[in-house]
Amino acid sequence: MPSGVLTASYIAASILFILSLGGLSHQEKARRGNVYGIVGMAIAIVATIASDQVSNLTLLIIMMLIGGSIGAVVAARVQMTQMPQLVAMLHSFVGLAAVLVGFANYVDPSVHFEGVEETIHNTEIYLGVLIGAVTFTGSVIAFGKLQGVIMSQPLILPARHWINLAGGIACIWLGGWFLDAGSVGEGLVPLILMTIIAFLFGVHMVMAIGGADMPVVISMLNSYSGWAAAATGFMLSNDLLIVTGALVGSSGAILSYIMCRAMNRHFVSVIMGGFGTTGGSVTGEEAGEVQSSSAEEVAEMLSGAKEVIIVPGYGMAVAQAQHTISDVTQKLRDVGVNVRFGIHPVAGRMPGHMNVLLAEARVPYDIVLEMDEINEDFENTDVVLVIGANDIVNPSAQENPDSPIAGMPVLEVWKANTVVVSKRSMATGYAGVDNPLFYRENTRMFFGDAKDSYEAVLQALS
Amino acid sequence: MKIGVPKEIHVDENRVATTPDVARQLIDLGYQVSVEAGAGGAASFNDQAYTDVGVEIIEDTKALWKVSDIILKVRPPEFNSAHNTHEADWLSPGQMLISFIWPAQNTELVDQMKARGATVMAMDAVPRISRAQKLDALSSMSNIAGYRSVIEAGYQFGRFFTGQVTAAGKVPPAKVMVIGAGVAGLAAIGTAHSLGAIVRAFDTRPEVKEQVESMGAEFLELDFEEEGSGEGGYAKEMSQAFIEAEMALFMAQAKEVDIIITTALIPGKPAPKLITADMVKAMKPGSVIVDLAAEQGGNCELTTPGEVVQQHGVTVVGYTDLPSRLPAQASQLYATNLRHLLVELTPDKDGEPLVDMEDDVIRGVTVVKDGEITWPPDPPIQITAVPATAKEPAPIMPAAEVKKPSGYVTMGLLAIGVVLILALGTVAPASFMSHFTVFVLACFVGWQVIWNVTPALHTPLMSVTNAISGIIVIGALIQVGAGSVTVVLLAAISILIATVNVFGGFLVTQRMLKMFRK
Repeated sequence: MPSGVLTASYIAASILFILSLGGLSHQEKARRGNVYGIVGMAIAIVATIASDQVSNLTLLIIMMLIGGSIGAVVAARVQMTQMPQLVAMLHSFVGLAAVLVGFANYVDPSVHFEGVEETIHNTEIYLGVLIGAVTFTGSVIAFGKLQGVIMSQPLILPARHWINLAGGIACIWLGGWFLDAGSVGEGLVPLILMTIIAFLFGVHMVMAIGGADMPVVISMLNSYSGWAAAATGFMLSNDLLIVTGALVGSSGAILSYIMCRAMNRHFVSVIMGGFGTTGGSVTGEEAGEVQSSSAEEVAEMLSGAKEVIIVPGYGMAVAQAQHTISDVTQKLRDVGVNVRFGIHPVAGRMPGHMNVLLAEARVPYDIVLEMDEINEDFENTDVVLVIGANDIVNPSAQENPDSPIAGMPVLEVWKANTVVVSKRSMATGYAGVDNPLFYRENTRMFFGDAKDSYEAVLQALS
Repeated sequence: MKIGVPKEIHVDENRVATTPDVARQLIDLGYQVSVEAGAGGAASFNDQAYTDVGVEIIEDTKALWKVSDIILKVRPPEFNSAHNTHEADWLSPGQMLISFIWPAQNTELVDQMKARGATVMAMDAVPRISRAQKLDALSSMSNIAGYRSVIEAGYQFGRFFTGQVTAAGKVPPAKVMVIGAGVAGLAAIGTAHSLGAIVRAFDTRPEVKEQVESMGAEFLELDFEEEGSGEGGYAKEMSQAFIEAEMALFMAQAKEVDIIITTALIPGKPAPKLITADMVKAMKPGSVIVDLAAEQGGNCELTTPGEVVQQHGVTVVGYTDLPSRLPAQASQLYATNLRHLLVELTPDKDGEPLVDMEDDVIRGVTVVKDGEITWPPDPPIQITAVPATAKEPAPIMPAAEVKKPSGYVTMGLLAIGVVLILALGTVAPASFMSHFTVFVLACFVGWQVIWNVTPALHTPLMSVTNAISGIIVIGALIQVGAGSVTVVLLAAISILIATVNVFGGFLVTQRMLKMFRK
């Protein structure tokens, strides 16, 4: 195949990828967007395989078949509550692939450059491997934390900033050594050393970040995986990889930015980690008595209400309560109650997590609203059901300037007539901040596992 | 310690200061409880019900006062004609009395109790702070009075409250006007509304409008703005004009409504006269006025406190004992208020009351302490903090919004980017620069495209970007044909895992997107 056709295919694939991301601007166009992505990927892969650059078809096809089957099985089996884990795992694969491709490219005797081009090429390899390695171990740790294999509390090593700084300096120094190396054999030593340091850095970075910051971490790793692909593209002088990597990288960067804004925190402070361990539990109001409620009472309140807003959080995902909540919603909507959902940007463990769970439970997306769309409606709402959410409905964020979460945008649920808070216990949220909402006069605590509790409400409603 | 509950001796007083339910809870607090024989009879609590929960019944009034350390009562102590003694004279040093006292009106009584060396707590002096709400006996009694006022009105009123269309003709709903939207007024509104009447309410405090509407009444507002601005800001003139406007409103309403319930009280002053004889005359025959302020002189000029009178064909109800007319309910609520006070007084649940004068609530209710008058409490004790305002947030932090960085930041970054690219261009070879151009452009395209993604689809966005970042497979595809075994091995592994990404990412995205439905 002539190289012009290959280039044209790459251009087509790039455009299709852009259309794919653009398609996600709305639910209705989203599926078409995904198809664009698939077509683009197919064109890119087929064109590459058909080109003169590729031989050894047998091995290649076997590997792709194995990988493709694994991917298909995982995609079919994964539960929607486990999406954050899956995404973290997929990030780690991109990172690892970038590392391997980088090494392979370096030791490949057929690749040869001279002068400035060699320096630039080696710099590209070095950066690609570095970013890939951090992405790989960081994602593995994120996966472990989300899966519950690794404790989600931040691990704070003494002098952790100094450790990171030392790691960074070491990487620069090793980079100098790597670029000066006379032969491939000599250069491998600093490259391997740097990879080890980058692996450790990835582990350390994500270990220091608490569970509530996971949406930022996941977005950030998403971004890194893109930059790793872009760096690989530079290394291989492949424009398609560069374009795709840049798209993915900026996508992840924007998501991280949105998540940080939603928590009113700086990106740097999230990455530095350790949130929730030093803030302590500063409360604006004296901790008073909580008023608990029963399933019958909640059912009674709901059937007497006209406007109901449901605010789900990570607790709903943990309890797998989305189907029960959906049934309750359906039942109430059938009798003319206006039920809507209010979603905080950082509810759950990854961006958009709640929307996916509710969609899975067949909640129509036009009643699932964002924080900005619904925050003004709480005043005219009869009942708000808070299900396994805590920090995102904490009035301290607005009322107590000393609170660790002060200034974080929150859903103003307390303005409703009655707030029913579903929780397993009185424990604080991931931010470790006490929530004065629980002690308000118009708050009823509805203790217990969210799924069981709302099963009981559903019973009482029928 | 022993708690004693005597029978109320005030004429027609049917309430009792504790009920069997509450008595049991008092016993749980570590107290012994005794009740005078027949004390709960008028409120339908017989002696047996008390003995069943472990209360001692004492026949003799005097003996009960003598053996009890704490006396719980409803009415302030008064002269007991059967024993020819004033109840206050039975108090002994160290003894504690908790009841309604009205210390401002009953200074003589307070002096008398002071002379006996007792400690006296007034349930009418509970500070209005949120913590004390559960022992606010005035509120619980007002609630009952408001409810009962509607029932009394319904008893005197010769028609239905609710509108009906029957075979025998159409029945219009009754129209009720409630003046004063305090606890009693709101209770009256709720009761009348639930009986089916059309309810209107007036209050001089415009901030209660929401509460009135939430109970189902229409809030009457004075068309006062023109007059107010015309008068030019003189408070006295304003208030004169205000009263005139108010009177005009009541006059207009009197012609229209069937029932007027007045609950207007000004603390420490006689009740304002709001319904004049002319207004009563203007009302339809058979209408009813219930004057809840009768004890303080009445809001209606024609009210006779304690009586029901007919005036110009209108029935004016001036009962002053409305809570006592629902004795079982009133006793239950009042007894619960008392119990909450005793809970505050007995932090250790050991039956030993502790009068902690540092505690705002206890300080507020204590009128006489060990023979010293401690009323009114010192100013530092705030009794104005209504719970709603106490929780008002002082500075509201501006909520950060998710939005794109400002234009200046973008322009600044652009400028820096251009300089960096120029610097790079001076050293880098042409082939690199062309790739770099592609990279920078792609970043910009990504930046523009991603902002349009709806937040609801952020998870599918991540999985689809994941899938397309599997494009790294192309790098591995190119390498897998190389000569070196190491390279082939590394590339093969890369192909494997990158394909997992491509397939897994796209398929799971497809699965998720299928679920989104309208």
